[in-house]
Amino acid sequence: MANDALHDLTAGYALDALDARERAEYEQHLATCEQCRDDLARMQDTVGSLAYAVESPAPPAELRERILTEARAERGNVAPFRPRRRLTYALGAVAAAAAVVALAVGLWASSISNDLEQERSVVSILADPNARQVPMEGGDGRVVVTESGDAALVASVAGAPPGKTYEVWVFEGATPRRAGTFEGEAAHDVVRLTRPVPPGAKVAVTVEPDGGVDAPTSPPVMSATT
Amino acid sequence: MGRELAHLSDEALIALVARRDEAALAALYDRFGRLAYGLALRVLRDKSLAEDAVQEAFMSVWRTADRFVAGRAKASSWILTFVHRRAVDLVRREERRRAEPLEDAPEFDAAPGTDEEAWLRLRRERVQSALSSLPDQQREALELAYFGGFTQSELAERLGLPIGTIKSRMFSGLARLREILDETETEPWPTTHSTT
Repeated sequence: MANDALHDLTAGYALDALDARERAEYEQHLATCEQCRDDLARMQDTVGSLAYAVESPAPPAELRERILTEARAERGNVAPFRPRRRLTYALGAVAAAAAVVALAVGLWASSISNDLEQERSVVSILADPNARQVPMEGGDGRVVVTESGDAALVASVAGAPPGKTYEVWVFEGATPRRAGTFEGEAAHDVVRLTRPVPPGAKVAVTVEPDGGVDAPTSPPVMSATT
Repeated sequence: MGRELAHLSDEALIALVARRDEAALAALYDRFGRLAYGLALRVLRDKSLAEDAVQEAFMSVWRTADRFVAGRAKASSWILTFVHRRAVDLVRREERRRAEPLEDAPEFDAAPGTDEEAWLRLRRERVQSALSSLPDQQREALELAYFGGFTQSELAERLGLPIGTIKSRMFSGLARLREILDETETEPWPTTHSTT
């Protein structure tokens, strides 16, 4: 879709009046368009004021406790202040589809940072309507590959043992090449692969010593042929 | 809520939430939970779905507060974005969409007389008055989209209009609403309010 047409979706996006395809296209666009993020940030304040137009009965008292209980439970799984160098996201008990939303909603209120640029690239992969989704065998995970070979792994695995990490491999022929590590610390880890995944390439995950290694030292816990 | 948190701005609370401060999350809920629930209920027309939407929205705030940048937008707008997105996704899935105008919205048993109730009522009247001074077609487009959960394509079909017309009504409606709200702002729109 042309950029003009995408700029044109800003009001619809602010009002949540886009269908799933338009929304995905717009969010991809948003990841790279500073102008639209500015426009959207301004518009969201006006849209937010619409919420004040409705009657607001008091919510049931137990809702507050439910939220705090869930937050408390999640905090147990997520280390605070942890640098996100490994590009894994602590997403809690949400479906992978909701992971896209969690990353994309509120993007307009975010700053630009390296972390964020990287997050955006994950968002654009997950939100790409033309990306292929290949389920992993042997474990709960899937690889999302765009037409250009950019790839992300969405995995739901138990936390790596102490001193160990999960390492992702993209095969070049029969040779596995390092493509990122993650800890299995969240209900769903989203890992941006550091290597492109050509059509037909094999992707595998192994458990390796902390920091990762140059060649796998253990059999895959899950794998897929894309 | 801890007494000291009551004096913090919304943005400061979000910064604390980003540091996994549970009391700050509770304080944000105390400020915006009711507004969030009212919005979710208006879109969903179902109490338990509305509760789900609010819960999921606050969990999104909990998970992504470190990405919020104060000054780029109001904290309340940011929080309401999560609530509204979730409510709209649920209503589309549940096919529960309703399109009654605001005046036909059911009355709830409000507890009149509390500060919070008075505060919300004041703002409700102001936004409703701004909405009612919009051209009818713009108001209709905004209400059907925001409260009805309709997509712009569905609105075009429903109203028998080109999609471009719907887009332009939504855009102009928001721009005009912003102007009216700015004009009628007689006191600074508070970034915080205490519910105590």
